[in-house]
Amino acid sequence: MDECSVLIGGKAGDGINLAGQMIARIFTRLGYYAYMYYDYPSLIRGGHNFSVIRASTHPIGTHRSGIDILLAMDPTTLRRHQNDCKRDALIIYNSDSVQSDAGSGIPLKRIVEKNEGSAVMENTAMIGALASAIGMEWESVASVISHGMHRFTEKNLGIARDAFRMQTEKKELKRLKKSPGILLSGNEALSLGLLSAGLNGYIAYPMSPSTGILHFMAGASGETGVQVFQPESEIAVITMAEGMAYAGAKTAVGTSGGGFCLMTEALSMAGMAEIPITIVLAQRSGPSTGTPTYTAQSDLHFAIHAGHGEFPRFVFAPGDAQQAFEWAGHALSLSWQFQVPSILMTDKTLSEGLYTVAPELLSAHLPVSLPLWEGPGEYLRYRDTEDGISPYASPPLLGHVIKGNSKSHDERGISVDDGMQIASMTKKQMKKIPYMKEAVSQLNPVQISGNLDSDMCLISWGSNASLCREAAQIVGMKLVQPIVMHPFPETEMLAATRYSGMTFLPEDNYSGQLADICEAHGIPVDVRLPRFDGRPFTLDQLVEDLWGFVE
Amino acid sequence: MTTGLITDAQNTWCPGCGNFAIEHALKDVILRLEAEGTPREQMVLVSGIGCHAKMADYLNINSFYSLHGRSVSFATGICMANPDLKVICCVGDGDAYAEGIAHLLFAAKRNVNMTVLVHNNRVYGLTKGQPTPTSPGEYHSKSNPYDTGEITFNPPELLLSAGCSFVARGYSRRGKELKELMYAGISHSGFSFIDILQICASYLDKTEEYGGKVYVPLDHNPDDFDAACRLVREYRYDDSGKIALGVIFRKERERFHVGVPLLQQDYGDKKSFIMRFIDGRR
Repeated sequence: MDECSVLIGGKAGDGINLAGQMIARIFTRLGYYAYMYYDYPSLIRGGHNFSVIRASTHPIGTHRSGIDILLAMDPTTLRRHQNDCKRDALIIYNSDSVQSDAGSGIPLKRIVEKNEGSAVMENTAMIGALASAIGMEWESVASVISHGMHRFTEKNLGIARDAFRMQTEKKELKRLKKSPGILLSGNEALSLGLLSAGLNGYIAYPMSPSTGILHFMAGASGETGVQVFQPESEIAVITMAEGMAYAGAKTAVGTSGGGFCLMTEALSMAGMAEIPITIVLAQRSGPSTGTPTYTAQSDLHFAIHAGHGEFPRFVFAPGDAQQAFEWAGHALSLSWQFQVPSILMTDKTLSEGLYTVAPELLSAHLPVSLPLWEGPGEYLRYRDTEDGISPYASPPLLGHVIKGNSKSHDERGISVDDGMQIASMTKKQMKKIPYMKEAVSQLNPVQISGNLDSDMCLISWGSNASLCREAAQIVGMKLVQPIVMHPFPETEMLAATRYSGMTFLPEDNYSGQLADICEAHGIPVDVRLPRFDGRPFTLDQLVEDLWGFVE
Repeated sequence: MTTGLITDAQNTWCPGCGNFAIEHALKDVILRLEAEGTPREQMVLVSGIGCHAKMADYLNINSFYSLHGRSVSFATGICMANPDLKVICCVGDGDAYAEGIAHLLFAAKRNVNMTVLVHNNRVYGLTKGQPTPTSPGEYHSKSNPYDTGEITFNPPELLLSAGCSFVARGYSRRGKELKELMYAGISHSGFSFIDILQICASYLDKTEEYGGKVYVPLDHNPDDFDAACRLVREYRYDDSGKIALGVIFRKERERFHVGVPLLQQDYGDKKSFIMRFIDGRR
């Protein structure tokens, strides 16, 4: 095999996510690009969780329908996923709880008991069996396990070794020369990007699928000094974060749709008071509470239009871990450069998916250095300038006052009702927009790949981009991915799609939200491919759909 | 900047409004703090939305004119990022006791180092006379023409139960005491809450009633929590009982702090963390 898809499934609490991460690590050790999709319902114990871990010789960011190796920790996994298996698939099952005519039975429970381990260590036995099946040497397996399991390492090694020896049926994966990179989830990559751009504070209230960022930042706060806090509500989150920004701290917040709804009044305040703030909006399926642990891309219109009144903002939607790192940094820096809110959109697939990233691609951002106000004259928080950007200052500023204001105000920041003054401040704020467009056009706001000569064009955004990049290669289409969603990179998008005879746009929403935006900008979308069941497309499903149109 | 403490913004409070007295008391306290060595530039005033909030326009100091109910949470962010600033929140009773009650109680629980001055006129003025959580039960307006059976909040009692480390009550017509309370609150290390009774000249003028009921207890010990609870129960904002003014409760306890304040953060620490993290994943 030079490509491999493994599915491991069990009950919540069986450690399926951790096992999936270890398997992905085994794949990168063997020299493959790995990607993991993790599927779980919103509960703490029980239920059915599974991870699909894919290894490939080329960069990937999506999983496939056909399974090469099925690891069934429980009967449900075998029952639900047997039909996903390829004809020659290898099934390894827990013979202590699963009945099966085919495949290799490994007595996970008995192995764990023999080693005096706890029930949650059954996943270690499964990893040992898998490693043996794909032909890995024991030393490499031991190294992955020691690296990934810091607690009860010896016990875990004993358990893995017993299962490793017991597994005799093989489905070998050849070893490649060197590892293509490290594994990062979208949330981790995004957090590193924010830190790299000089983040000072991260404020959030727990909400799937953004919670991983809060945990990551809290874990990093000791070593980095970043101020990380979980207050009483999303309203407190954003107002607190904006208070920090008034005091000069580069601050980000993270949430999902419901929490973002609560933040919109203060988002509008950031618009009026020109407060730099970065909001991570990790989408999940809605409306309302929706399905907390399943994916969607249905908040694009909302992110672009959220908040009352009119004000400039950035909306970015990276498509994989490397782009998440890069654009999280841009989001923070650009929001400070222009003193506007920036919204960084992810979705459950990107936030919690595991990607392989070459470490050299994680080149450091430098924190944006703002020109400090040095006079002459009186400091005016909202001074009207050529580009609409007023010099930023935080208290204390010797000999001057700094007045921020959420109401209509004059250049000093004092409230006004006068029509001329209201209009002139609105004009000052809106003057930034052409400069914002200019700034993002320097940063490759639209990614183009696939068959550049094709007159068939696939447009995609967010986590669908890595899926579509691969599908476009297979079907021979051109791929166009806007990362900047607002202000819409119209020039770049029109140029990228100018010679397209037929355009396809898969999105994880019902109505085709990016398709609407494209059409409003004169880019016809011939085929909308909506998906709204909370599950991402697999590569095979999308490719099949596309072939159907092409042939 | 103009050197005076009052800006040239046109004052639009009604004649006889209690806010004038609060504004001038605060101005005098700022001058006193300045004379004692706290530079004016170290102070930040955060207001909500309502009549009280015009303080942000009228006082010539650093300010942020925030959203209805959200000033305390905005101010918490300022205190986190820069603990050296003296942060004063001017809030209204509709503002802090209705829309923003959660933020007020949580700031007290956390003991955030700020002073909250509640301009408690017990009515919404700017929106024309609707009831707030401290309006008397028999108070009716266009939005509540009929009885609802509700009782009023007793804010000092609420704040005591939330763990507030400084609870006081003042009255806008007792300027000398009010200044002392503001000064004591701002000087207190931790969260200070001062409920300031003020009359609303247009919708709820309680000058006569307050004049007959307010008093300063001579033998109250603000270190005694139980005594503080008894004192605040004398008056339940229901027009019966005597209204004690002064510091009701005071206790030193650990102040709210999170991570490393902005000025002490080092970008190098972030860079080296990222390098270590990446190496750990190799």
